[in-house]
Amino acid sequence: MPIGRRRPTLAEHHAALAHQFDDLDQQREASSLGMWVFLVTEIMFFGGLFTGYTVYRHAYPEAFADASRRLAVALGAVNTAVLICSSLTMALAVRSAQVGKRRGVIAFLSLTMLLGSAFLVVKGVEYAHKFHDHLVPGATFAFEGPHRPHAELFFSFYFAMTGLHALHMVIGIGILAALVVLSSRGRFSPDDYAAVENTGLYWHFVDIVWIFLFPLLYLISRT
Amino acid sequence: MMATSLSERREHYLNISYGVKSWLLTTDHKRIALLYLISITLFFFLGGAFAVLIRLELLTPTGDLLQSETYNKLFTMHGVTMVFFFLIPSIPAVLGNFLVPMMIGARDLAFPRLNLASWYIYTIGGLFTLVAAVAGGVDTGWTFYTPYSTSYANTHVILTAVGIFITGFSSILTGLNFIVTIHTMRAPGLTWFRLPLFIWAQYAASLIMVLGTPVVAIAIVLVALERLLRIGIFDPALGGDPVLFQHLFWFYSHPAVYIMILPAMGVINELITCFSRKRIFGYPFIAFSGLAIALLGFLVWGHHMFLSSQSVYASMVFSILSFLVAIPSAVKVFNWTATLYKGSISYETPMLYAFGFIGLFTVGGLTGLFLATLAVDVHVHDTYFIVAHFHYIMVGGVIMAYLGGIHFWWPKMSGRMYPEGWGRLAALVIFIGFNLTFFPQFLLGYLGMPRRYHIYPPEFQVLNVMSSAGASILGVGYLIPMVYLLWSLRYGAVADPNPWEAKGLEWETPSPPPTANFEKTPVVTEEAYAYWPKEADVG
Repeated sequence: MPIGRRRPTLAEHHAALAHQFDDLDQQREASSLGMWVFLVTEIMFFGGLFTGYTVYRHAYPEAFADASRRLAVALGAVNTAVLICSSLTMALAVRSAQVGKRRGVIAFLSLTMLLGSAFLVVKGVEYAHKFHDHLVPGATFAFEGPHRPHAELFFSFYFAMTGLHALHMVIGIGILAALVVLSSRGRFSPDDYAAVENTGLYWHFVDIVWIFLFPLLYLISRT
Repeated sequence: MMATSLSERREHYLNISYGVKSWLLTTDHKRIALLYLISITLFFFLGGAFAVLIRLELLTPTGDLLQSETYNKLFTMHGVTMVFFFLIPSIPAVLGNFLVPMMIGARDLAFPRLNLASWYIYTIGGLFTLVAAVAGGVDTGWTFYTPYSTSYANTHVILTAVGIFITGFSSILTGLNFIVTIHTMRAPGLTWFRLPLFIWAQYAASLIMVLGTPVVAIAIVLVALERLLRIGIFDPALGGDPVLFQHLFWFYSHPAVYIMILPAMGVINELITCFSRKRIFGYPFIAFSGLAIALLGFLVWGHHMFLSSQSVYASMVFSILSFLVAIPSAVKVFNWTATLYKGSISYETPMLYAFGFIGLFTVGGLTGLFLATLAVDVHVHDTYFIVAHFHYIMVGGVIMAYLGGIHFWWPKMSGRMYPEGWGRLAALVIFIGFNLTFFPQFLLGYLGMPRRYHIYPPEFQVLNVMSSAGASILGVGYLIPMVYLLWSLRYGAVADPNPWEAKGLEWETPSPPPTANFEKTPVVTEEAYAYWPKEADVG
């Protein structure tokens, strides 16, 4: 008869173990799988926008290239670097949690928040420039040349996609702040740091979305 | 009398604590299932009320009860309520929530607090939609087709869209919870191929919830943005394409049909085996056909768009793929029939619903093939034929299975038996009322009556009167269980742990179960449905 996992004895019952689980391994497995499934839903959520972008870029290649030239590649590149660094600090925070270095966790989480905020500031500067240049879709939109309507479509996608991405960054920074507080109260231990690890997965996911957004939006006229 | 008072003193999930707070803050999957049961029942009767008005208007060829604008709002609100707030959560959120942990021998779902959150999210989404309905309703049809929904409709599109968007997340959380629970929390000895097929069905439906719902969510966000900011993604004036919306919408909303029907098929497996006392025929075929339906379901959305400027080659591919879905569906029907063969069949209420399901689902499924056929679809597109087709699947299929499941597990959920005579009567009334309502609609559609109009040529009146008469019988049929199930909570006979002598872990614990479901974690040593013949006898 195949037997699954071993049943825990009472002595093994860990303080961090939720009542519905038998042991910490099962709990870790469940929370990690849950996070991955959630990320799949996130991919599908962004996927709708990526599909729409692909359809219209295929339909209006020149207009999209033309409109893309109005984006600030330098700022976008800086932001890409900032985000990649934040993924490094996030990974270091997870590692610190794994080996039980509380101060390291707090320091690296804070650094990640700082880099994430820097990204949002740069993004805000970019948005402000677009606003001044009348590149925000709507009644005030102005774009010289033959591609005006389709350039507006490009900027619709630009704001929808980077806006949704920025919203994810804001939520991520909020979660990081909560983790810093919890960590300073000694909530995490090498036995129980799933929250840090899962937030790390989320952060890397948001980072990867940007890795796709940057070339698709900023670099298309350079191919 | 003694026995009753003794059993009432036993502590179980219903009497362990009392008061509103103990329910609104519960993380017990069984209590959350009941919260869902109450909410979706309210939405079911609300959606039913819209249908009553629709059928009343269609009694006569002229528009004498409702104006066309009101009629448009009614069929829209009927569709929105029934699809998003009743059918999609029905079996997963009520029966699935109650049964998934019990059937796999777990104490709860993997994420109990997320489970409670999903109910709150559902409720908030429902409130948004209710507010939209009270404030004047929405008239785009439940499909929200652009550019009407984005540029022309003057009704509460955004409010309704926000409601549906929010509710989508409750569906995502339920699906996520089931997937993780089924993967990680099965009892010792409960291998994948010993799982009840209900679990396989919930798993397949959960995959669709997780993969499909986010896509309709982003499509709805874009419709709202388009209305608010005129961003142009679906607006031809700005180079956008309204058909893109249809692609995004049906990419979810066709698989959503399988979110509804797969769990219903899961229920049928449990009912057929128990009331024919038979081992299921072809277990792996049923298990994998569910996954096949979930997978193929994602590849057929274009059959909603044969007449939406889609290229004829795309339509041909979508047509063939739609035919392929019929194969795993038929595999299930044949396997249920083979399971019945030489079974010792008894006709308790749940079994009557199961028989109703098999017949009506087969009619609904086969008429789906008519619609998947390009040339026929051009003829019956947007007629009552399609209305009849999907009501055979959703009402004849899903609601039949849902009611069968509610009756089957009612003793487990409530600890009381429902009155069997009334149960059988209601099942019969529903079956007759259903067919009288929807069969004439096949004829109407084939004769050319379009859907979504409140007036029609006089020659269609006889069939429409039949349909409306059937709807009134169907309505009575739905009210009867409502009354006797509530009655049974107080006056029904006290249920045994296993009143049907059924197999399955949920029957090995008292009725109603204790909060932790089992006193000791069960160990599974045999296959599911070990009725007759035994596994050893068939090799």
